[in-house]
Amino acid sequence: MDLLLQSLVNGLIQSGFFALAAVGLVLIFGVMGVVNFAHGELVMAGAYTVWYLHAQIGLPYPVTIMAALAICTGIGLLMEQFLFKPTRDDPLGGLICSIGVLFILQVAATLLGGDGPSKQVPPPYEGTMILFDTLRIPYQRVFSLVVSVAALAVLWYFLTRSRFGWALRAVSLDREAASLQGIDSNRISLIAIGVGAGLAGLAGALMAPLTNINPHMGHNVIITAFIVTIVGGVGSLSGAVIAAVLYALFHTFVSTYFSGTIATIGGLLIMVVVLILRPTGIMGRRVSE
Amino acid sequence: MAASRLVKGLLLAMMLAALMVLPHFLKYHHQDFLIFLTINVLVVVSYRLVTLTGEWSLIHAVMMGVGAYTSALLTKHLGISFWISLPLSGIVAAAIAAVLCFPLFRMTQFYFLIGSFAAGEAIRLCWIHFIQPFGGTGGISGLAVPELGSIDFFEPIPYFYLVLVVVTLSLIVLYRIETSRIGLTLHAVHWKAPLAESVGVNTWNYRSLAFVIGSFFVGLAGTLKVHYLGTVTPNQFDISLMVFILIWVIVGGYRTFYGAIIGAVVLSVLDEAIRDLDVLRPAIYGALLIASIRFLPSGLESIPQRIIARFRCDSRTEPMP
Repeated sequence: MDLLLQSLVNGLIQSGFFALAAVGLVLIFGVMGVVNFAHGELVMAGAYTVWYLHAQIGLPYPVTIMAALAICTGIGLLMEQFLFKPTRDDPLGGLICSIGVLFILQVAATLLGGDGPSKQVPPPYEGTMILFDTLRIPYQRVFSLVVSVAALAVLWYFLTRSRFGWALRAVSLDREAASLQGIDSNRISLIAIGVGAGLAGLAGALMAPLTNINPHMGHNVIITAFIVTIVGGVGSLSGAVIAAVLYALFHTFVSTYFSGTIATIGGLLIMVVVLILRPTGIMGRRVSE
Repeated sequence: MAASRLVKGLLLAMMLAALMVLPHFLKYHHQDFLIFLTINVLVVVSYRLVTLTGEWSLIHAVMMGVGAYTSALLTKHLGISFWISLPLSGIVAAAIAAVLCFPLFRMTQFYFLIGSFAAGEAIRLCWIHFIQPFGGTGGISGLAVPELGSIDFFEPIPYFYLVLVVVTLSLIVLYRIETSRIGLTLHAVHWKAPLAESVGVNTWNYRSLAFVIGSFFVGLAGTLKVHYLGTVTPNQFDISLMVFILIWVIVGGYRTFYGAIIGAVVLSVLDEAIRDLDVLRPAIYGALLIASIRFLPSGLESIPQRIIARFRCDSRTEPMP
């Protein structure tokens, strides 16, 4: 029972990272139609920023979170301006360019941190919250859950209540029609990738004290983000969040009771099944051809 | 027409002859490189057959692994000779591909890309997880070297000839398939799927056929690779190999048969030339990839055509003053 409850809480906390990473991917795909293969590497870049600025140089943790957000947003804006915008007509162009960025970011991380063993960031918030005598939640995890939920809430507010948010959703529904209404779709694309990449950086920054940091950590992140995106329904942000919670719970439970590899295999199989039976995902809408 | 075919045939024969004497002038290390390069040529050409129908699969590297693991298990545990396990590895890869067709080809485009990636990654994780019989992360080592009379296939040069024979025969078959009625239909499925369907072409069948044939040949390539290395591990066939296959095909050009080969050869040689740069290599690859998409979207294959086009323009039309 204790293990069950503990897994439930661990899963919920895990879902925060999954949602942050996946939402950015969905946003970028929705608005620009580009599968950003470098998304996992943006998360990695966020984690490296915290490792370097906090663990190496000694800046305060919250400052380095903001730095990670800013750096990843910057990388995202550069990608849009110099890679995705010029290759808009080529359906595979953006995907291939993002693979190029993936390699470059991995090498940049290797150059910064060396090729040695994985890096660790000592948790800035020490101590453990103990609930009901047995449930143990480190404050670091509480902090990251709170920040993820807050970031998602801000994103939701931005998308549903601000003019930019409306414009962004309009572009993701129909780029041409949105342009006819006087929406500058290139500018909206910049906002979308800036926000998406920034959220990836935030996810990396929050993950940094809780995981092993190495240049190849993006691989698992992108697999997770793909699974969450597909299960949630491509282009659906609420679907991505729901799928993130469900998948995080699934992954945590299977990891606890079986093994992490089985959990990932299971996730991939679920994704294939969803692709076959309900390609629109749990919250997706059907788009007529 | 006949004359140009003759010239082409002569050129190919000369290239083949050059390839046959080449390893004798190379150092040991470069002989290894030549063997892997030749295997990679088969990998990219078989991948191009799959992409002919317009679907970009991300499972090709894993299908190579399926062939490799099949042969490793057959030779290691059942004691079957390499000469039997080689074709069997291709057949098993093709059979698994045929089964995968049912879920995968219900999807197209982006969904197919992601779906094939997921299926491949699931297979690869099975190799890692099920230590019995796949050996986990360490894989299976101590694979048998092919035996044939007194030829010592442990040496690079005889093994190179073996690879060259298998790859050349495979390329001939793949080329014949592409120029046959089936190949033309595959093109039609890519460019004009509704039209092809309207004249009675079952696009699902043709997509599956291309996928199964491509998987057969890449399964052979996988077997050739691991029996030279002596070990097979799950990480040999991970997403980074898949990415390299994509890069070779796209930088070389996927519109012609030779484009993909040019991509694999040019980029591999380049990669070998910058071996000293060590950690920087992937970044240079990445930059090249981006540059080729930005500035040479039709691939290296278009360079001769571009030069010819420019030359013709210059000689025929005077520039306006």
